[in-house]
Amino acid sequence: MTRTDTPAAGAQPLLELTDLHVYYGNIEALKGVSLTVGRGEVVTLIGSNGAGKSTTLRAISGTHKPRSGTIKFEGREIQHLPAHEVVTFGIAHSPEGRKVFSRMTVFENLQMGAFSRREKIDDDITRVFDLFPRLRERRSQKAGTMSGGEQQMLAMGRALMAHPTILLLDEPSMGLSPILTEQIFKIIAEINEQGTTVLLVEQNALMALHAAHRGYVIQTGKILLADTAANLAANEQVRQAYLGEI
Amino acid sequence: MDPLMRRAIITGLLGGAAVIHIGLIGMIDAFQSRDTIADVLTLGALLPILIALLIGWRSGGPMRAPHIIPTGRRAVALGALGGGTTGLVITALALFTTTIDVRWILSNASPSLAEELWYGQGAALGSVLVIVVSAAAGAAGAALHVIPGTIARALTVGGITAILVALMEPFVVAVLRNIGLRFLEGIFYAQGGLTLIGFVLVFAITAAGTYAWATRGRETKQRVAAMPPDRRRTGKLVVYFVLTAFLLVLPQIVGSRLSEVVGTVGLYILLGLGLNIVVGFAGLLDLGYVAFYAVGAYTTAVLTSAASPAFSPELPFFGALPFVIVAAMLIGLMVGTPVLRLRGDYLAIVTLGFGEIARILFLSAWAQPLVGGAQGILSVPPPIPFGRDPQSIYYPILFFCILAAVAARSLQGSRVGRAWNAMREDESVAEATGINTVTYKLLAFGLGAAFGCISGALFATKIGTVFPVSFDLLVSINALALIILGGMGNIAGVIVGALVLVGLPELLREFSEFRLLIYGMVLVTMMLLRPEGLLPSRSRRAELHEREDAEDQYEDEAGEETGQPVVTT
Ligand SMILES: Nc1ncnc2c1ncn2[C@@H]1O[C@H](COP(=O)(O)OP(=O)(O)OP(=O)(O)O)[C@@H](O)[C@H]1O
Ligand SMILES: [Mg+2]
Repeated sequence: MTRTDTPAAGAQPLLELTDLHVYYGNIEALKGVSLTVGRGEVVTLIGSNGAGKSTTLRAISGTHKPRSGTIKFEGREIQHLPAHEVVTFGIAHSPEGRKVFSRMTVFENLQMGAFSRREKIDDDITRVFDLFPRLRERRSQKAGTMSGGEQQMLAMGRALMAHPTILLLDEPSMGLSPILTEQIFKIIAEINEQGTTVLLVEQNALMALHAAHRGYVIQTGKILLADTAANLAANEQVRQAYLGEI
Repeated sequence: MDPLMRRAIITGLLGGAAVIHIGLIGMIDAFQSRDTIADVLTLGALLPILIALLIGWRSGGPMRAPHIIPTGRRAVALGALGGGTTGLVITALALFTTTIDVRWILSNASPSLAEELWYGQGAALGSVLVIVVSAAAGAAGAALHVIPGTIARALTVGGITAILVALMEPFVVAVLRNIGLRFLEGIFYAQGGLTLIGFVLVFAITAAGTYAWATRGRETKQRVAAMPPDRRRTGKLVVYFVLTAFLLVLPQIVGSRLSEVVGTVGLYILLGLGLNIVVGFAGLLDLGYVAFYAVGAYTTAVLTSAASPAFSPELPFFGALPFVIVAAMLIGLMVGTPVLRLRGDYLAIVTLGFGEIARILFLSAWAQPLVGGAQGILSVPPPIPFGRDPQSIYYPILFFCILAAVAARSLQGSRVGRAWNAMREDESVAEATGINTVTYKLLAFGLGAAFGCISGALFATKIGTVFPVSFDLLVSINALALIILGGMGNIAGVIVGALVLVGLPELLREFSEFRLLIYGMVLVTMMLLRPEGLLPSRSRRAELHEREDAEDQYEDEAGEETGQPVVTT
């Protein structure tokens, strides 16, 4: 059920990356990446290990600065801003590998997610608990003692607490059972329907392309393909390389 | 051989080795003149018995690999075996020192040591007596595992308290005199130790109190928790009021000599509270904390002393204090800024360097015109309207300690505290959730510096002179050790840590050359028994006792009321 209801194209994109070059020391991890995400879209970035997916998200959220290129969000250049300011623009990053604050409780983690906003957060907590009922049950549990799937939910919930315009999700299905993966993708669709734009990085290309409107394929730091999710899912090259077909 | 018996014998031999050690360094001999219970038991005789008791406790306790828990009579027998083995070694030591003269190399291996080990009863009867007493002590130690836990704890606390009260004779007597209970002195004390009646009374009262608290304490807590909020608040107010009143009259109660100790403890509480912000809250391992202490002391000295070499505005202490705090915060930022990017070990090494730089700068010829080099700065005036005597300088120290504790407490629960918490756990995620880590790190350094420098300022005015030698690495290490000992991140822990780490050695002064040995033993034992510190914060405790009973985490944690109970699954 690839999504076809692509939101109004043509208008100015919400997020626009142009010719982004990112280095780790001397290693060039991104070699001129350009991509756009429209308001209300779910866009996925797929590619094999080490292709530069996480690096792209880190560059957008400001946790790793690009050496050159621009990142525009709602028309403003943000590539030079520190991460703690980027989040106030409405960009929330749920990083790779379930980086929860493991010594804090679930509730405290969610509280931290709303750190950039100074208003009351009760409604947002309720919203996150409605999306992830499991977190409600475990609100007083130490995050570090929860299962992998629960921690993943918490990482997503914490990112949502920032009230983001766009949510950057890095491999939300990593290490999860097929059932839990399906659940997570349902929740992603739900979050999107509630009005949040999503940029989704995934190894699980099949699921990602199902959930997304459009997709990009990245390989060794360069964008290889860009198309609608349906077309990518049908693409011979993609099927061979990422969908495990021969 | 049966693994438990093997362990008992090996432990017993270790206990024997411990007795040999303290015997040959002269500790038993030196403590022979000190009564624990007048006419009954000298401290010198008590030490081997206590060691045998500990050995018995170890020998009769549960074993990890293979996992065996000895019970009932078997446990007691194992304890007696361990203690008896220790007794055998003691006998061997005594026999050795009486037959072979090695005094030319081990000056304490003398017949008088043997006599003491044999309780003055001669070789035959003495040997039997030592072995029997040691075995009995070992059995008693092991019995602590057998009897119900609450009783065992009550007995332990009673015993330890009674021995401490006996050892602290000069201090307790002073206190009794000051509060007009002089008549008790005759009942409790004789010849520098407790009387038998006194010992029994102290033991019985503390043991009974501990037992009552263990059995009724939980109930009382629940009753307090069930009280309506306004009554609970009144209760809290009463407690605070009594506590404040107590703290206000404390110097009068304990007298001048102990007030001096309390004052020093207070300075370290301030240091600890400040360093706790940097290390415990923000997670930045700072080993150069002494730099702030030094800056506080020197700025105060320069601004207030008439003898300040170059520049001497002779401000009153409290007039100088604002400048001192500003100076220290600036230094805090100066130290903080270059190390912003460093973490963990690297940060520790660099700050260690800063601490040494501060000391060497104050000692240097370059800074001599301003701070006097090795001659230091003399005649720093006392903080008017308070005097310099220990009983009145206590009050400004108390004031700043309370101020610092309240400040630290409210920071901990605040937005800032949460930001530090997050930063300590994962800096990049913290940054991504909107925390400006640079600001919060500098804030931690700045606030820590302010506390440290107030402590330094009080130090300068308390001592009246400032020399570079007062600001060596040991100050940083002590401050760090006391927060680790007390429980990292916890304010009550800092206070307890300072009392134990700084107060204890002061009280042990009487034991002169053995002071540091005892002190070291106490520290090692405590860190082995409670690696998380005496009063740990909730999270550190959970971390270090992950596999222990989940129920434990429900227990009340002193000074922690931020979170709901923790459930581990
Ligand atoms: N902190 C780092 N230091 C040095 N090199 C790094 C660092 N992080 C990533 N790299 C390198 O940058 C390249 C891109 O890494 P990135 O994490 O973006 O890959 P990815 O597409 O997310 O891969 P995966 O699917 O395995 O998570 C890789 O070659 C990786 O080795
Ligand atoms: Mg990745």
